[in-house]
Amino acid sequence: MFCLALAVLAQVPPAASPAAGRGAGRGRGARPPAFPDRPPADPAALERGKALYGVQCNFCHGSDARGGEGGPNLLRSEIVLNDQSGEKIAPVVQNGRVDAGMPKFDLTMAQISDIAAYIHSFKVGGYDLSRLTPPSIVVGDAAAGEKYFAAHCGSCHSGSGDLKGIATKIADDKQLQQTWLMPGGGRGGRGPVTVPPVTATITLPWGEKVNGRLMRIDDFIVTLGDADGGQRTFARNGDAPKVEIHDPLAAHRKLLPTYSDKDIHDVTAYLVTLK
Amino acid sequence: MTRTRALLLWAAALLPAISAAQMLDPSLLTKPLGESGWPTYSGDYSGKRYSHLTQINQSNVKNLTLAWTVRVTAGVDGGGGGRGGFGFANAIPTIVGGEAAELSGAFAGAPNIRASILEVGGVLYLSSPDNAWAVDARDGHVLWHYFWKTKGGTHIGNRGLGMWGSWLYMETPDDYLVCLDEKTGKERWHKETANFNQQYFSTMAPVVIGNHIIIGTGNDLDEPGYVQARDPETGDVQWTFYTVPMKKGDPGAETWGSIDGARHGAGNVWIPGSYDPETHLYIFGTGNPSPAYTNPPSRNGDNLFTCSIVAINVDTGKMAWYYQVNPHDTHDWDSTEAPILVDGAFNGKPRKMILHADRNGYFYVLDRLTGEHLLTSKFSDTANWASGLNAKGQPMRILTKDSTVPGSLVSPNNGGATNWQPPSYSPDTGLMYVPTSDVYSMYYLTETDPRGAMGLGGKDEQMLASMGSYLRAIDYKTGKVVWAHQYPGFSGGVGNGMLTTAGKLLFAGDAGGNLVSYDAANGKILWHSRLGQISNAPETYMLDGHEYILVVAGDSLFAFTLY
Repeated sequence: MFCLALAVLAQVPPAASPAAGRGAGRGRGARPPAFPDRPPADPAALERGKALYGVQCNFCHGSDARGGEGGPNLLRSEIVLNDQSGEKIAPVVQNGRVDAGMPKFDLTMAQISDIAAYIHSFKVGGYDLSRLTPPSIVVGDAAAGEKYFAAHCGSCHSGSGDLKGIATKIADDKQLQQTWLMPGGGRGGRGPVTVPPVTATITLPWGEKVNGRLMRIDDFIVTLGDADGGQRTFARNGDAPKVEIHDPLAAHRKLLPTYSDKDIHDVTAYLVTLK
Repeated sequence: MTRTRALLLWAAALLPAISAAQMLDPSLLTKPLGESGWPTYSGDYSGKRYSHLTQINQSNVKNLTLAWTVRVTAGVDGGGGGRGGFGFANAIPTIVGGEAAELSGAFAGAPNIRASILEVGGVLYLSSPDNAWAVDARDGHVLWHYFWKTKGGTHIGNRGLGMWGSWLYMETPDDYLVCLDEKTGKERWHKETANFNQQYFSTMAPVVIGNHIIIGTGNDLDEPGYVQARDPETGDVQWTFYTVPMKKGDPGAETWGSIDGARHGAGNVWIPGSYDPETHLYIFGTGNPSPAYTNPPSRNGDNLFTCSIVAINVDTGKMAWYYQVNPHDTHDWDSTEAPILVDGAFNGKPRKMILHADRNGYFYVLDRLTGEHLLTSKFSDTANWASGLNAKGQPMRILTKDSTVPGSLVSPNNGGATNWQPPSYSPDTGLMYVPTSDVYSMYYLTETDPRGAMGLGGKDEQMLASMGSYLRAIDYKTGKVVWAHQYPGFSGGVGNGMLTTAGKLLFAGDAGGNLVSYDAANGKILWHSRLGQISNAPETYMLDGHEYILVVAGDSLFAFTLY
């Protein structure tokens, strides 16, 4: 169940695997969100609150309540978070906070309750998907990118050959950038292009070579998959037997430390022209 | 021999095992880790995770064998511990506590135990979010199970229990400190420690120092992190230390764009710190500033005391010194990784030091009496976000390596070059052992309104590739990586925490699910056993003349020994 939270939490290790493999999620229902949303308010109260907020609060605290001209973000405010229906907000609104530059407002308890309902209708948390509307990520110089591509990628790839129409195939610019940097989504497998699997050649002590798809490797064993779906495991002891790993993305991996951000943005600007 | 006499002898032989009250003698806490069990998070206060036990050593570790294993189950039906089918069911009723109105089955099932386990008087005490267990250290049978009905909160991990006398202390994801009777698991009291409405959640293992229960909390919504000392008898607050300035004129206030920004600047407290009994300083690492990935005007400055090593006097709660390892962090690289107290020579002079390997890829040595900076070095081969070190030894962040709309190629990834998995230090080798990972990610800025982001929002981090995961051994005198063992493959997995012993051994969970024993001097592999993804740091204790090595893989405990 950790996968849901994987990307967003501060303490997750890089390859947080769900539990220990064994039994993860067994017998569990779907987990509720860590911090529940408030129950939806009466739509009429929300409408009234929105109108009042727009007139009275919007200028200082922002139309999204995340702060504005002089006024702080209300969504993360201790008072707002602990308020139910205006009872904690009301004293601040009705008395003002003169030292902090907030005037008092002549609003009734009922009006403040409506405003509270409106403020409480915003999603509270780091990730608000409705805000994730990035502008285009393409900022680079396509001509420079084409040059860079010819010099560094051209021995394997060609804009008129294997990558012809790549920007049509991968219409999302960010996905295109991620894909050319490391096809297959970084860990092999998923992604808009099919990456051949990592394979390995094992040389047994008597000289026999075994080839296959690399299923698993650690310091003690190596497991290869064969064409008919079977698996063969060999014990490892230091350098014996010899294991050669063939990573189809080795060239991509090797280039990663060499890119400047400008190189990346330029190549992407070039590749998006390959419709 | 008469039957009565035989019975008496039998009873006498059992006495040590059944003198049920496992009172924790507080003097054990200041003894070097070894015969005294494992009475606190890191075994002792130093954070070294170095045991003086030598029964298991380089000459015999190859004969290490499984003594017992047990699988535990979380939730209201979690008692017994026999669910895996070890013969007869020794069902133990679960003791249920908690403030939630109803019981959510969603938090039941197989726990992922990322805790340090206490060993006191032949009993193991362990935890996962909402759950605590006592387990017999001789054979692994569950003595009791306690389950906390949760209101919610982020259930990412629980780092363990604290013990004072015959009482155990646990923090919960919905922000309570729960006090349990170690004999029965029955609840003595629980106290609210942070505000759930403000999205606090608590993961730390309480650290018991004298008559103080040290706890910490944090959140992913811009609220201030803090450390508290609580009374062990009543749970009442003794002092509170906020890790960020809370009002005008507070130390560090000038390192924020506004007081409102500072008060919403996080600096969360996730992981237990270390304690120096000589100076009464509790020394811990603070979390990152918030919002974590963006640069609103409210964050203008270095953002003290986030991403810092902070020393506070345990009696007063007042800060003695701080050193900020990562000014104005913009990648959610908190600095909560355990600081290690080491006494030794530095530049030819005896020093009392702190060693710290940070999520940002850098290693630091400080003088722990004064906070004086002694050394910074880069242990990650790929870390590319800083242009160098300033006069204070702090990495200087490259502004274009913040999250940007077209994307910035950055290493480490968000998970960091290292993380909460505990490191270890061996005085035999003078090396600090750190689980590390070299990963590149693209960091995209998605919130271009500087006011807009809260918490961990405002960015989209997409991993590219791992360049390798390594167990790295760092010489504190030079900051250099003396040896590194690369885990085969490119999974990016970091393995888990470390244990060193006077048997000249280093134990660690690797990235492939093995518990491995290495020669601490050079990383040569001496023994291993595949258990599944190791989820905590190995520990050791002595019982009935046998040294045990204890580790957890998810929901299962494994104890190894020599016969």
